Amino acid sequence: MSRDLNDYLRDDVQSTPFCPGCGHGILMNAILRAIDGLGIPMEEMLFVSGIGCAAWIPSPHFKADTLHTLHGRAIPFATGAKLFNPALRTMVISGDGDLTSIGGNHLIHAARRDTDITVICANNQIYGMTGGQAASTSPTGAFTATTVRGNPHRPFDLCALVQGAGALSVARYTVTQPLALIQGIQRALQVRGFSFVEVLSPCPTQFGRRNRFDSPAAMLQDLMERCVTREEAEHMDDTELEGKIVTGDFYGG
Amino acid sequence: MISATTSGALQPGNYYFSGNEALAEGAIAAGCRYYAGYPITPSSEIMERMALRLDDVGGVFAQMEDEIASICSVIGAVWAGARAMTATSGPGFSLMQEAVGYAALTETPLVIADIQRAGPGTGQATRVGSADHMQAKWGSHGDYQVITYSPWSVQEMYDLTIEAFNQADRFRVPVFVMGEEAVGHLRERLDVGPETPLVHRRKQAGAAPFGDAGPDGVPPMPAFGEGENLLVTGSTHDERGFRKTDDPDAHDRLVTRINEKILARRENIVRTESLFLEDARVAVVAYGFTARSALYAVQRLRKQGRRVGLLRLQTVWPFADREIQALGERVERILIPEMNRGQIAGEIRKSVACDVVHLGQTNGEIIHPSRIEDEIRRLL
Repeated sequence: MSRDLNDYLRDDVQSTPFCPGCGHGILMNAILRAIDGLGIPMEEMLFVSGIGCAAWIPSPHFKADTLHTLHGRAIPFATGAKLFNPALRTMVISGDGDLTSIGGNHLIHAARRDTDITVICANNQIYGMTGGQAASTSPTGAFTATTVRGNPHRPFDLCALVQGAGALSVARYTVTQPLALIQGIQRALQVRGFSFVEVLSPCPTQFGRRNRFDSPAAMLQDLMERCVTREEAEHMDDTELEGKIVTGDFYGG
Repeated sequence: MISATTSGALQPGNYYFSGNEALAEGAIAAGCRYYAGYPITPSSEIMERMALRLDDVGGVFAQMEDEIASICSVIGAVWAGARAMTATSGPGFSLMQEAVGYAALTETPLVIADIQRAGPGTGQATRVGSADHMQAKWGSHGDYQVITYSPWSVQEMYDLTIEAFNQADRFRVPVFVMGEEAVGHLRERLDVGPETPLVHRRKQAGAAPFGDAGPDGVPPMPAFGEGENLLVTGSTHDERGFRKTDDPDAHDRLVTRINEKILARRENIVRTESLFLEDARVAVVAYGFTARSALYAVQRLRKQGRRVGLLRLQTVWPFADREIQALGERVERILIPEMNRGQIAGEIRKSVACDVVHLGQTNGEIIHPSRIEDEIRRLL
């Protein structure tokens, strides 16, 4: 059953800026459906984003108060607004490079303080907007504009990172799991305190082309094949979990 | 608990405060109800007093993880409707510069107190400096304007902080109170009057928040949660906040407006004080703590009948170029003592044809009046 979400979009916005095959459009849809499903009026929402492709999910599209900030700094901007006016239901939407590399310090401190905001991290495992450079989330071996022989480093496990900083509500989904993603965002929105949702979202333009994915569909297929739920993962050993993406709600909530 | 009025400000009367404490009290009196900061010498007393006082008055105090987070959370709080500030010193001021440019472009009114210490680098954290003035003007990339105050007393740490909040809201611009360690830690009398003049940002439902409407050339500013569906971005934007990142006219229009709204109204911003200048042959131009040493020297020489006066800059930016130009036409020489290597001397030279002599000192100590007096004698 699909509802028209036009009321959630600014009148002047006709299209999104995302590349063909980008997962961020699915995430945009999931966020609005989560809000719609909970019946939260958009007048109560404040969306804060940093710099990068994912930061354009709310700005300018969402018909609500939106604050498009500096690279890496969405969380402190959101913190100030939320602390001064706690009635603002505050959601940060930004990318992996923005939130976990340049903004990593703010992420762990917001988790530690249990600031009452929901952080949605669109993780495409690369710097998309600037042309496909390696990110702190790029898989080991991944080819990027700055790792021409393959990424020599390990990626962050973002959920473990945020949990380690004290977050009580942590989840990971992919855009290939739209219903689970919507429900996960809804649970995060209902948390009083800090909540974090990592959303794996494919970047065919910058990641796919460099890493032998023939098409956006191939990236989506790969994500679907690698996803296992947290419950499934509990019955799998390390060898079986190699290369898998464990999805679900991880802690508390 | 501090003896306070119903608004939370200090009761009228006399107090004995440090400059940093007075600055915090000025902020409370101005209605500042959000403070975010990170500890740094020699400004930390401001943060500590704000923690105490905001708790008294029902405001919000946030100790953030660094200075970047501090200034960014202040901007967030301002868009949520707060009068808000942070305080820091050189290294922290450096970290804040990207967000200063964001505040300038998004026309976010806020106050930063930079209690200057001896730089560059970590420098001498507990010693005085006054070398952040060019950074205050040019610290972030791109063309923008700010307003800066240079208080010389505990009284001005209070009064000019109130004015800083008023001007920030009137012009929707970042305003800096450029205190120096010496005035931050100075203790002397503070008089608190019965009235605190407050000017608040203009609101107009439905109006474009980034247009040029309004008598001051400053658009009205709504807050989050008021049903305006605000669209705020640090990218080039149109009057409603839509990104216009490849429209040359939109960029030129916006950059011109955020500069001209300040420069075209400099008569309502620039503050100077003239002392003994009527018949002066030599004028000392000074600001901040150095103006105290300069006044002492000028008064001693006046008692001996020497024709010397003082022009004190209470604001440094926008620069008092017209006042300096008029001064340059009346005096033979201008002496500019400052705790840096000539930051403001260079600005003065742009405005006048007369001799401009710079007396700089960068040893982490205030300039002794005798040094200024000796230099004036040499020039007379």
